Amino acid sequence: MSGHSTYEPKTGFERWLDMRLPIIRMAQDTAINFPTPKNLNYWWTFGGILAVMLGFQIVTGIVLAMHYVPHVDHAFASVERIMRDVNYGWLIRYMHANGASMFLLAVYIHMFRNLYYGSYKAPREVLWILGCVIYLLMMATAFMGYVLPWGQMSFHGAVVITNLIGALPVIGDSITTWLWGGFAVDNPTLNRFFSLHFLLPFMIAGVVGLHIWALHVPGNNNPTGVNVKSKEDTVPFHPYYTVKDGFAIALFLILYASFVFYNPNVLGHADNYIPANPLVTPAHIVPEWYFLPFYAILRAVPNKLGGVLAMFGAIGVLFVLPWLDTSKVRSMRYRPTAKLYFFIFVVACLVLGYCGGKLPDDPVIPGLTSFTLIDADLNSFVWLSRVAALYYFAYFLVILPVLGLIETPLPVPESISAPVLSHPASTPAGAVASPEKRG
Amino acid sequence: MLRKGITLAALGLALIGGAAQASTHAKEPMEVDWSFDGPFGKFDKEQLQRGYKVYREVCSACHSMNLVYFRNLGQPGGPFYDPKYPNPNDNPYVKALAKDIQVKDIDSETGDEIQRPATSADHFPAPFPNEAAARASNGGALPPDLSVIAKAREGGPSYIHSLLAGYVNPPAGLTMSPTQHYNPYFPGDLTSAWSGKGHAPPGGFLAMPPPLTDNKVTFDDGTKSTVDQQAKDVAAFLMWAAEPKMEERKRFGFGAMIYLLIFTGLLYASYRRIWRNVAH
Repeated sequence: MSGHSTYEPKTGFERWLDMRLPIIRMAQDTAINFPTPKNLNYWWTFGGILAVMLGFQIVTGIVLAMHYVPHVDHAFASVERIMRDVNYGWLIRYMHANGASMFLLAVYIHMFRNLYYGSYKAPREVLWILGCVIYLLMMATAFMGYVLPWGQMSFHGAVVITNLIGALPVIGDSITTWLWGGFAVDNPTLNRFFSLHFLLPFMIAGVVGLHIWALHVPGNNNPTGVNVKSKEDTVPFHPYYTVKDGFAIALFLILYASFVFYNPNVLGHADNYIPANPLVTPAHIVPEWYFLPFYAILRAVPNKLGGVLAMFGAIGVLFVLPWLDTSKVRSMRYRPTAKLYFFIFVVACLVLGYCGGKLPDDPVIPGLTSFTLIDADLNSFVWLSRVAALYYFAYFLVILPVLGLIETPLPVPESISAPVLSHPASTPAGAVASPEKRG
Repeated sequence: MLRKGITLAALGLALIGGAAQASTHAKEPMEVDWSFDGPFGKFDKEQLQRGYKVYREVCSACHSMNLVYFRNLGQPGGPFYDPKYPNPNDNPYVKALAKDIQVKDIDSETGDEIQRPATSADHFPAPFPNEAAARASNGGALPPDLSVIAKAREGGPSYIHSLLAGYVNPPAGLTMSPTQHYNPYFPGDLTSAWSGKGHAPPGGFLAMPPPLTDNKVTFDDGTKSTVDQQAKDVAAFLMWAAEPKMEERKRFGFGAMIYLLIFTGLLYASYRRIWRNVAH
């Protein structure tokens, strides 16, 4: 798709097929001959890892759906029946449950890599936005999947999250009732969540197709952020990146397997092995780890509607990121100031995740009471989340727009091959950036 | 690459750490060296047999285990597994254990409700016909089903052991009703019931009185029947009941890991070979 097709049909059948459905040509151009920058590092392997994880989730999910019963009276027991009586049911279910965590872990690394190397910038804005759509679909799928075992956390998590919609003025309550299929989270809710949980992964697969298409038009970004200039800068995707991605995927599978076989429940919550009981609310309702940063943002705002808007805003801001970042230099390798702010951003996200798992009013430093500010003690997780959430938004809305205009980036190499031949560390540190690279 | 690996691992750990729970006001469970800990851990069959006896003679008076079937007792990894009987339904020991227990059924001729001896295909019968009856017999509290209890509590089997063996007399200054029992390992918040000096003690109130006493259960293998031993054995049994495929999982996992390590090594070698002439 990018550049000219180099496929030459070799046999009569291939020539015949190529005139009618050039599917071999497409495979050759996108997965075999596709010119790929030769300097991609291991952070670039997560795309392949994600594709593999999506495959695992769909295959294990379809097998689980053969045995699962989407009914409030049978869901919990049917999941346990899978664990106990279905041949290798424990393997399939633990792969699916831990696979969700691994999938989200990989997508977060993929997104941070994107932010660091500026892969969202022109001409890859559509590629980035499609990625954000995939991420949104993944979150919806993961949330609904967690409801299906119908344990205590499933049920009460579903109540908390669906109630958020009720915060919308005027239409909120009607929409919530419509989503529930009744006046509370009940059997109709479980049924539609199962149906949608089955549907969404195929929508994800569809958008992944678009994502890969949009990737293959401009081609890969790379750690230098410099465009591919010549054939010297690239290698064919196969075998160079099939083997490198393959190695990274195998390493990732070892991590995945260590959870599945040796710690299958460590990423979940013990309360979800208690069958759902609408009359008993768990002491602490916490979402799965991958939602904790957003949960912290939700709780950081004292007003419910404000919290909901902030939470969705935290995802929404990603969609306009390509137009918020004013810097023309893609890779933060050559933006020392931006690099510093980026690492603070990563820390802010981790802090938000940590706060999301804690009780908002608990002290961050135990035993120390400071003073009450607005509605909570300053030494509390709610205030720590506020600071981190403020930085989260400031990073996108203030730091990236302003920094691109005022910073002086380091000199950017002429081509991808240049820093390989002469490492950037050997160029004089005080070298003046070329004026056209500024702002 | 190593540096990147460490960065990745740290990121993963930080994310997992984020899921850690807010501290409850209960004592941390006592450390127990379980035979099933670690990647090669296995259930101690004799311990499971003792634990089953504790469940059968003590716990089952109030607690159901609706997801556990008598046949499970004779499955690989189970307390009464015998390699001579690959089909646990043929295991004479399991059949005999089931036969001792009466379960409810419907007479297929008359439609009347009857009692009959259990078979290996029956699940453990529940002690109460319904939730209301269970609550009525237990001062309003519902004894939870124990099928997956070892996975449904933070701390798992160690928590169960500590709870069962950890009952102590309530410290002076704790106001409680006669149907409540103090346990330092039970999650709760005793601040409102505390009139003594300083911080409220750790733990909470539960409706279950201390269920175990020394020599309450006679172990057939001659093991000394202390409260601590009974608690450990029943906790191990409950862990097996919650995760009956654990041994199969770890055995399978070992093979899968070996396979993945060899596969990864081959891929790395191929990677080095294919990339050897590319400056990057």
